[in-house]
Amino acid sequence: MINVHYFASIRESLGCAQEQVPAGTGTTTVAGLMDTLVALHGAQWQKVLREGRVLMAVNQAVARFDTAVRDGDEVAFFPPVTGG
Amino acid sequence: MSACKLDIRVQAADFSLEREAEALRLGNHVGAIVTFSGLVRDMHDDQRVTGLFLEHYPGMTEKSLHEIAAEAQVRWPLLALTIIHRIGELKAGEQIVFVGVSSSHRSAAFSACDFLMDYLKTRAPFWKKSIQTDGECWVDARESDTTASERWRQPGV
Repeated sequence: MINVHYFASIRESLGCAQEQVPAGTGTTTVAGLMDTLVALHGAQWQKVLREGRVLMAVNQAVARFDTAVRDGDEVAFFPPVTGG
Repeated sequence: MSACKLDIRVQAADFSLEREAEALRLGNHVGAIVTFSGLVRDMHDDQRVTGLFLEHYPGMTEKSLHEIAAEAQVRWPLLALTIIHRIGELKAGEQIVFVGVSSSHRSAAFSACDFLMDYLKTRAPFWKKSIQTDGECWVDARESDTTASERWRQPGV
């Protein structure tokens, strides 16, 4: 399974903080995982993950669309940071 | 690098500016202490703000603060470095962030403190929700913060 986490405005827009997605041939990269999530959930995920500014992390390290994702990984999606 | 005393905290509790500054005063080899503390302003984009809600990514936030601190130690000869970032609900006027460094000389301490705040604002996973009298909204990332952070990438800086 892949553990997916959503933070801040993205979590609120999706109404979801965390979910588990089965690892498969379509989820070997962050981009592939995003396709899988959009296919699974539909329009709202399409809108939030594809049309907004989204940053991503794999196992708590900053990632890109082509970053590899493996079974058991933690993948997070969040908006640009605003701390300090 | 190993000579630097590190203190990195993500916490809901407030902190004492006086106590944190004093903790950076390790001994007579310290020649300079620079501290920065950030407060919750009562205005945001011309809207009256009553407070903020600070969200973070447990684990990744702490990890990224340690990475930022490690980079500062590579760039400047620091003797002590403290980063405190508060989370949860904070009212206008409250302290939100503290960065303090000590070094033998002031230029290293000033630069490191400035660098740490720039990187913290653009790299560390924290998100602010502004609580206003007429509702609440997530704060947008500022272009000026990214520009400030990028200047440290230029050669010779």
